[in-house]
Amino acid sequence: MGKHVVLVEDETNIAEAIRFLLGREGWRVETLANGGNAAEVIRAAGPDLVILDVMLPGKTGFEILAELRADSALADLPVLMLTARGQARDREMAMQAGASRFMTKPFANNEMLAAVRELTQGRVD
Amino acid sequence: MVTLNLLIAVCLIYVAGLFLVAFLAERAALRGRGGWLLRSPLVYTLSLSIYCTAWTFYGAVGYAARSGLEYVTIYLGPTLVMIGWWWVLRRLVRIGRAQRVTSVADLISARFGKSNLLAVMVTAMAVIGVTPYIALQLQSVTLSVSIFAADDVSSMQSGDLNDYAAFWVAAGLAVFTLVFGTRNLNANERHHGVVIAVAVEAVVKLVALLAVGAFVVWGVAGGLADTISRIDASPIGTWQTGGGRWSALIVLSAAAFVCLPRMFQVLVVENEDERHLQIASWAFPIYLLAISLFVVPIAVIGLELMPTGANPDLYVLTIPLSQGQSGLAMLVFLGGFSSATSMVIVATLALSTMMSNHIVMPLWLQLSARGAQQSGDVRAVVIRARRLSILLIISLGYLYYRASGGSGALAAIGLISFGGVAQFLPALLGGIFWRGATRTGAVAGLAAGFVVWMYTMLLPSFGPDGALPAAVFEQGLFGVSQLRPRALFGITGLDPTVHAVWWSLSLNTLLFITVSIFSFPTPLERLQGAQFVNVFDRSSRHARGWSASEGEAEDLMIMSQRILGAPEAQAFFRDQALQQGRVGRSPAPTPEFVQALERELAASVGAATANAMIGQIIGGQAISVEELMAVADESAQILEYSSKLELKSRQLAETAHELSRANEKLTQLSLLKDSFLTQISHELRTPMTSIRSFSEILRDMADLSDVDKTRYASIIHSETIRLTRLLDDLLDLAVLEGGQVSLNCKTVNLHDILEQAVTTAQASSAREFDIRRQVANEDVTLVTDGDRLAQVFINLVSNALKYCDAAEPELDIAVRREAENVIVAFTDNGSGIPADGETVVFEKFVRLGRGEGDGAGLGLAICREIVTRLGGAISYVPLEKGGRFEVRLSSGHAGKELPRMLLI
Repeated sequence: MGKHVVLVEDETNIAEAIRFLLGREGWRVETLANGGNAAEVIRAAGPDLVILDVMLPGKTGFEILAELRADSALADLPVLMLTARGQARDREMAMQAGASRFMTKPFANNEMLAAVRELTQGRVD
Repeated sequence: MVTLNLLIAVCLIYVAGLFLVAFLAERAALRGRGGWLLRSPLVYTLSLSIYCTAWTFYGAVGYAARSGLEYVTIYLGPTLVMIGWWWVLRRLVRIGRAQRVTSVADLISARFGKSNLLAVMVTAMAVIGVTPYIALQLQSVTLSVSIFAADDVSSMQSGDLNDYAAFWVAAGLAVFTLVFGTRNLNANERHHGVVIAVAVEAVVKLVALLAVGAFVVWGVAGGLADTISRIDASPIGTWQTGGGRWSALIVLSAAAFVCLPRMFQVLVVENEDERHLQIASWAFPIYLLAISLFVVPIAVIGLELMPTGANPDLYVLTIPLSQGQSGLAMLVFLGGFSSATSMVIVATLALSTMMSNHIVMPLWLQLSARGAQQSGDVRAVVIRARRLSILLIISLGYLYYRASGGSGALAAIGLISFGGVAQFLPALLGGIFWRGATRTGAVAGLAAGFVVWMYTMLLPSFGPDGALPAAVFEQGLFGVSQLRPRALFGITGLDPTVHAVWWSLSLNTLLFITVSIFSFPTPLERLQGAQFVNVFDRSSRHARGWSASEGEAEDLMIMSQRILGAPEAQAFFRDQALQQGRVGRSPAPTPEFVQALERELAASVGAATANAMIGQIIGGQAISVEELMAVADESAQILEYSSKLELKSRQLAETAHELSRANEKLTQLSLLKDSFLTQISHELRTPMTSIRSFSEILRDMADLSDVDKTRYASIIHSETIRLTRLLDDLLDLAVLEGGQVSLNCKTVNLHDILEQAVTTAQASSAREFDIRRQVANEDVTLVTDGDRLAQVFINLVSNALKYCDAAEPELDIAVRREAENVIVAFTDNGSGIPADGETVVFEKFVRLGRGEGDGAGLGLAICREIVTRLGGAISYVPLEKGGRFEVRLSSGHAGKELPRMLLI
């Protein structure tokens, strides 16, 4: 079983960039473009990491995060949140909602990879 | 030596002179000339002198000879009233003008809800009270004639002579009053002839009395000093001011001065100008002073000179005669004649107005089944009623004179008359000062006062076994000693006059006030009460609630013509129409107009009758809640203050509300700004994320395949295009919203624009799409900015191509005309816009699609801005299957309008 990440992102180009970056690091990337059933998909997949965009069709990233955190089995799941809005208020909201890490778009690829490594340290080899 | 024939000749010449003066005055007034005299305060002041009747002329000396200086009280009462004109008379005159009052009965009736019962009561009381007074005048004339006759041996028996004299005097007065008193119907129009004649007579009687006085002092007594010493020697000279009797007489004469129908006639009805009152307030007391100046000297000398048993009432005449001064005696006779005639004329005029307005006319209205609407001239009826009333009243006076046989001292009859009319005072003063006064109270007070006056003053004046059996004087009515006419409730020792005045006025006032407090006024009474009490307050003059229809206006016109006369009524209607701004048409029957008409009619037939007549045509008088509110409050000022307060607090509340609204809007704007910035940030960062990420990949990773490199480069490329487009859209929107856009309007063809739009949109879409058009309908010429319109159409077609989710997508473009608009409808067969999105679809950054779109959600917002700028509208029409966008272009830009615009 390799390292497994679920990426919830509706922008196809961004999703492709992240898939490419993480794929090179040995991650199996499962992409979701819609927020509606994201929580169920994640619960079923049981990934090592979730990368979650905030503005999604169907449900917002915050709503999905809240659902995940409400499930005790997923309480410790590392979640990296991405947002294009980039306001301080969004960061606060994300941290309160239980995000493990918060990143503003656009991001540097290295930053992204570093964050993923940090979040999954000790969890995945 | 004056023969009777000479006397009669002089008398006739004098009367003819009066007729001439009256006639000239009437004619001058009719031609609008002589206003300086007819409308002068001097004439007004002199006309007030009808207060000084033959009773004053002859009787004052007799009074002084009998009771000393007490006669002064008769002048003190009116003097006090005149000096205090500001409080009572000014108010009466103002009310009289405002309400077009025709008599004292009319005023009281109008005040208490235009009650005809009150008008009838006051009229009846006035007739009963004043008839003896008229008899008294006839008596004075015959008495004075008899003095001359006594010297004329050739004359007939004196008894016959008296009867003749009284009859012919009465007849002559009746003719004069008929001629000059009923010339015009409108009692409110001044009787110039009568007033001028009265003024002339006022001068004659003053001159006569002054002449006798001067003759007595300087011709008989031998100078001023001698006269004064003789007065000192006489018992008259000592001031015996029995407090009770003096105050009672002052109150009585003051009351009579205001309440006597003839005084009310000259004071209020004949008043030309309120300012005349101000001058009369000092001029009339001076007249009274002059006329009473020589009363005491004449009385003192008369007592010395004349044999005991000679009637002191006739000293003014007998002294000059005894001294052989026939000319002077003739002048005095004319003075006395003047006093008597002027009183009779005005009193009859006033009483006949009351009688015809309040008794005859209401009866006629009741009896004539068709009421005021019947054909025929009501004016004739009114004038006939007034003439009959004049004859009736003078006949009553004559008959009373014949019946009473000329008995009793002049002064006593005068006081009785005063006592009768003084009963009006509580209702009159209460009516103009106290809003709480009610009709029931006034009726109760008047009735009580009148009964007491009859019982204690009028009936006893006929003497024991005259009207009342002697036993009643002794033991009281029905043997109840409490009810003795000169000692009511067992209170004895009072002077009979004081007793009667005290009891009648006290009971009258007490009942008036008590019953008023415990009775409830009708709405009309409240309204009239407010108007009377607040007559000086402009705000209280609001129109009342007559409501007539246009149809009834015609009936009103017919009725008015018959009461006012056709030319007068037409002039009145024309004036009213002009005031309403309706030139050449009849006035609208507004409440204001009907009220003005009612006032106009009231001036002819009295308030109660006018009210009833209009009521017959229009139906009940509606009094609005608002009017009731206006009078319900004790003070109009309180109402005004509270309404001002209310206004202020309402303004404050409004301001606060506006502030909070502005605040809300600001907050909303601030939120909008935040959300706009957030949106822009998101829209800019999203493409930049891909661009940055892939450019880093291209930069950092050397091992990429060529395919990947090309692919990633093209992603970067398309994302930069997306960014550029976003910036373009944003700038476009900013320009459109800022209103800085300059439209390039030209004549264009709708078909060309649609063609261009469809081609452009299809070029950037890979989908197979069935686009249906009706080319025939598209041939519409428009004056508009073709490029901007194309931008809108491109957007709409592109949206359909992008978002239509049907398996076999179709787009139908239809053009139709609706009134002056051209409507272009874009209908696709997709699932349309979700219901919750319909209201926001034209807002910025709203993307309702399924996420595939790469737009920023500005397209439709831009479309809306453009269409609005072009003077049209864009809307979304949800259909059962699919959705439709409609662009409505206003015809202001439609080609059809163009030729016309060019022609202009």
